[in-house]
Amino acid sequence: MDEVKLTTTSYVPEPGDFSFLSQQDMNVDRNFASMGYWKGVLIHFFRNKRAVTGLVIVLVITLLAIFGPLVSSYGYKEIVSAVNDAGKKVTAGSIPPQIPGLFGGRNVKPQFADRTFLFGTDTVGRDLWTRTWYGARVSLIIAFVTIIIDMIIGMSYGLISGYFGGMTDNIMQRIVEIANSVPRLVIVSVLAIFMPKGMGLVIVALLLTEWIGMSKIARAEMLKNKEKEYVLASRTLGARSFSIIFGQILPNTIGPIITQVMFSIPTAIFTEAFLSFVGVGIVLPQCSIGSLIEDGFNNITTLPYQILPPIIVLALLMLGFNFVGDGLREALAPKLEDM
Amino acid sequence: MAKYIVKRVGLALITLLIIVFLLFVMVRIMPGNPFPSERMSAEQIANKRIEMGLDKPVLVQFRDYMVKLLQGDFGKGTSLYYGAPIKTVLSTCVQNSFRIGGLAILIGTAVGLLLGITAALNRGRFLDGFCTVFSIVGVCVPSYVFLIFLQYYFSYKIPYFPYFFDANRFLFSSILPALSLSLFTMSTVARFTRNEMVEVMDSDYVRLAESKGIYGPRLIRRHVLRNALIPIVTVLAPLIVDLLTGALVVEKIYGINGIGKLMVDAISGEGVDYNYVLALGILYSALYIGIMLAVDLLYGILDPRIRVAAKGDA
Repeated sequence: MDEVKLTTTSYVPEPGDFSFLSQQDMNVDRNFASMGYWKGVLIHFFRNKRAVTGLVIVLVITLLAIFGPLVSSYGYKEIVSAVNDAGKKVTAGSIPPQIPGLFGGRNVKPQFADRTFLFGTDTVGRDLWTRTWYGARVSLIIAFVTIIIDMIIGMSYGLISGYFGGMTDNIMQRIVEIANSVPRLVIVSVLAIFMPKGMGLVIVALLLTEWIGMSKIARAEMLKNKEKEYVLASRTLGARSFSIIFGQILPNTIGPIITQVMFSIPTAIFTEAFLSFVGVGIVLPQCSIGSLIEDGFNNITTLPYQILPPIIVLALLMLGFNFVGDGLREALAPKLEDM
Repeated sequence: MAKYIVKRVGLALITLLIIVFLLFVMVRIMPGNPFPSERMSAEQIANKRIEMGLDKPVLVQFRDYMVKLLQGDFGKGTSLYYGAPIKTVLSTCVQNSFRIGGLAILIGTAVGLLLGITAALNRGRFLDGFCTVFSIVGVCVPSYVFLIFLQYYFSYKIPYFPYFFDANRFLFSSILPALSLSLFTMSTVARFTRNEMVEVMDSDYVRLAESKGIYGPRLIRRHVLRNALIPIVTVLAPLIVDLLTGALVVEKIYGINGIGKLMVDAISGEGVDYNYVLALGILYSALYIGIMLAVDLLYGILDPRIRVAAKGDA
């Protein structure tokens, strides 16, 4: 067998064989460029005008709830008063909104003619601007705290129930079914027997009811995910159930759960408002959106201006969170037509 | 189908029994005292406890309570409407609440469907936008706020409707509360109908029907509405429960003697009335479970796929 003789003729590059591409020659697919999941979600979210509007509303109200009471010169439970000519103390009760020199100020006791009350004062003389934002703060804190705890409880419950399946799942789901068949009002009324009225009652009532929705979503997501290859892979590698559930699957299911959180927050605010209105929620001199609406309602025929600020804040909060939730849902699972 | 129904009904009854038991035990063993202790001596309270059977073991009490409950006897209140049997008070309240709730459901569903269908047929045009805005407002503003405004403008500023509920002029004085209660249902139904219809109208089988030459009202009625309306039954169920039972604030504002107001009275007075809480708790849970059950069954009848799935499951 003859050896094949490899002859190598040296290659001599000629000008024109190689050249640098100019920028115009490069075609990058920008329509279907690959990008990270969360980056895509963000872009989708911020392209959605409604979602951005909702976010802005929520942020503005949150900022006002934080800084509104601080920039006011009155405390939320301070009864504004002054000394009149006779040396007696008079309170600034029932003053409609006024800014000296701009509007309002008619039929007001002369001692208060130069004071600013943006939203007016209530019947005993507390500044409504301060109280509205303080109340919004209370409502928002209640909503956030309870919903985040509920998220942790519901998420763990649903994920565990879905992951183990079988008997565990069966028992856990029967419990959910029973818990889900008790109307929230019944829970509140039973709680009212042995708990003092106030913020605690509202929080416990919300804690006992709102986790159910979260657990259902978490379980559904778990069922979708647990047969996937990456779970099998980490199980093969010897990962424990705990780390598979909370380390591997949880990050992949967090999207729908966050959406549910966004829809639960307005529910929590709504429930708080309604419980406080009914009289088992926040007690005086504390206030929340609900108790402010109740105050306003009691004086609606004589002092209709009092009810407007809390109602508007409540409606805007509901609107904002609903928009953000809608936007998130669309951004997390975009349909083809939205692309 | 019969097996499916029996299974569903059985499950619902068991759930209800468990809930009644839990409620009873909670109300009985929780710390607290059903009697205003500052107004009664220790001896009086002890006598009262024996009179009401509170000295017996909880399980015996539960058995006695269930026996009475099955005969339709809820006992008497501990502080509210002193002496009158709960059953009598309840029946008046249930009547009022159900009438107003029912009216609200009728208005809400009818107008909601109409709005939703109109919006879907005019997709992208002015009416669609109007419907969207309307349903957003309806979902974001609580019903009692609507009632407060309606009451302020149409009973106080322009005194056309009565300011408070008047049982003698039932229909006339339930217009405002029913209207404000129906807004949430209306907007939810409208939004849902619109989205469902739009989805169905884009589906392949509707396109096929169109290409066969079916068009106009016939297409909408026979092909689109039929499939679009089924899921609406599921959204309606919780709304109906809310309307029949949850008109709490509306009843309080408008002075309606309903179950919502009764509940508020039972829990927000100086002392909580244990027996009313228990009776109302059972009533609410039973209603809730009953309506959910009804919807489940209705859904099974409307959508054969569910029935088949349930059969494979059983």
